[in-house]
Amino acid sequence: MSTLVLVLLTGIGLGALYFLVASGLSLIYGLMHVLNFAHGAFLTFGAFIGWEVARRLDSTSWWAFAVSILVGGLVGAGVAALTELALIRPLYERHIEQVLVTVGLAFAAVALYEGIWGSDPIYISAPAWMKETTSVLGASVPNTYWVLMLAATALLISLVVFLRYTRFGTIIRAGVENRAMVTALGIDVRTAFLLVFAIGGSAAGVGGVLAAHYTGYVSAHLGSTLLIFAFIVTVIGGLGSLPGAAIASVLVAVLQQFANYYMGGTGDIIVVVALAGVLLVRPSGLLGRRFA
Amino acid sequence: MSAVLEVVGLSGSIAGQQVVEDVSFTVPDRGITAVLGRNGVGKTSTLRSIMGLIDRRGEVTLAGERIDGLRTHRIVQRGVGYVPEDREVFSRLTVAENLQLAVRQKKPNWELVDSLFPDLVARRSQMAGTLSGGQQQMVSLARALVNDNRILLVDEPTKGLAPLIVEQVAAALAEAATTVPILLVEQNLEVVRQLAGDAVVLSGGRVVHTGSASAMLADDELTHRLLGVGVAPATGGAR
Repeated sequence: MSTLVLVLLTGIGLGALYFLVASGLSLIYGLMHVLNFAHGAFLTFGAFIGWEVARRLDSTSWWAFAVSILVGGLVGAGVAALTELALIRPLYERHIEQVLVTVGLAFAAVALYEGIWGSDPIYISAPAWMKETTSVLGASVPNTYWVLMLAATALLISLVVFLRYTRFGTIIRAGVENRAMVTALGIDVRTAFLLVFAIGGSAAGVGGVLAAHYTGYVSAHLGSTLLIFAFIVTVIGGLGSLPGAAIASVLVAVLQQFANYYMGGTGDIIVVVALAGVLLVRPSGLLGRRFA
Repeated sequence: MSAVLEVVGLSGSIAGQQVVEDVSFTVPDRGITAVLGRNGVGKTSTLRSIMGLIDRRGEVTLAGERIDGLRTHRIVQRGVGYVPEDREVFSRLTVAENLQLAVRQKKPNWELVDSLFPDLVARRSQMAGTLSGGQQQMVSLARALVNDNRILLVDEPTKGLAPLIVEQVAAALAEAATTVPILLVEQNLEVVRQLAGDAVVLSGGRVVHTGSASAMLADDELTHRLLGVGVAPATGGAR
């Protein structure tokens, strides 16, 4: 029983991490139809800068942890906004070129990070509580997972409130349906593009700091690894669907954890099989719009 | 009457295919000017060219200001209201959200909108995608009328609507036209006869006739030659 609980809760925690990355991907695709392969680069940058900030303060203190989260979110938003302005906006409506430029940026960013911080993983410190466990129904659950769940829940609630109750949120929801009509109402949809990129980058930056605490280290490839699973949950959830991304994140991660534990470490394979199954049975994903 | 909108040598293309070719006409600063023509002659594309929604060349002047170099949202902010073909309401937004999204001024014309479309008042919290076609057309018109505009471009507002709803939409346009000039693309010639003062007829992406709408529609031979259809006799009670 305790093993079952442990696998389930760590699966949910891992799903929370996937959602932190996938939420931005989903928002960006939903509004702009851009598959942003540079999203992992935002995450890694947030992780490195968060670590740099934390180690200069006192990386074992909650104060330093909180500041690193904040800074990670800010630099993620900043670098994402710059990417949108400098690379994505000039290629408006040229989706293939936009994808290619994000792929190129992802590769370049990894090389840049290796040039600055080296290619070896850098092991990080954290507040003592985060290295401990909490007992739930006999299962000792690492406390990092609770932080991940808390962060993802806060992000999901914030995004839902933002999208439902603010004018920019309404513009984004309208833009997902019909961008041309949004501009025909006198609204500069490019502002919404910039905002969505910044929000996605911010979530990725926060996710980067938390991913570093999840793995115990930062490295230039941190974002690339997570991006693969983030794309998988985005596709399974339905491209552009935020609730779909949330549900798929948890489902995929729990499935992955169970397969890893009960099926001899086959979690990654099972996830790919699940992706193939969803694409065959329901190509638009769990909550995505059906393609015409 | 002076012109509120002047179009000179306007050409438009979609994916490299020219759909509007060297179109020139003016829209007076009051009343309704109809854009007519057979299916596929470029009426909708002409409006979309003016709005900057497709690639275009040529001059478009709004109340003395060139707007052909502006992006679509800037054109709208200059006072060009646009009601697209097929309504294009945001189906996953409520009626209220659709209308709020369109608001550009501090004091929106809620009283006008509510008086023209009372059916929408009780449906403010309803998802626009669940409305009937006629109600969606009202939302689309209301989005334009909620602001003070210099001109409205209205594209086939009665398309696919039941006769009763067509009457309501025509009445709303007639009411709106008392305060703002309208450039109207319309296939329903009875509605054109009721509403339009002037007419611009397109064929093959070019202007082939301009003049009084009622005079043109009174000439069955001319109407048949330009539009390929005959016109039913005028009915009483036309607005």
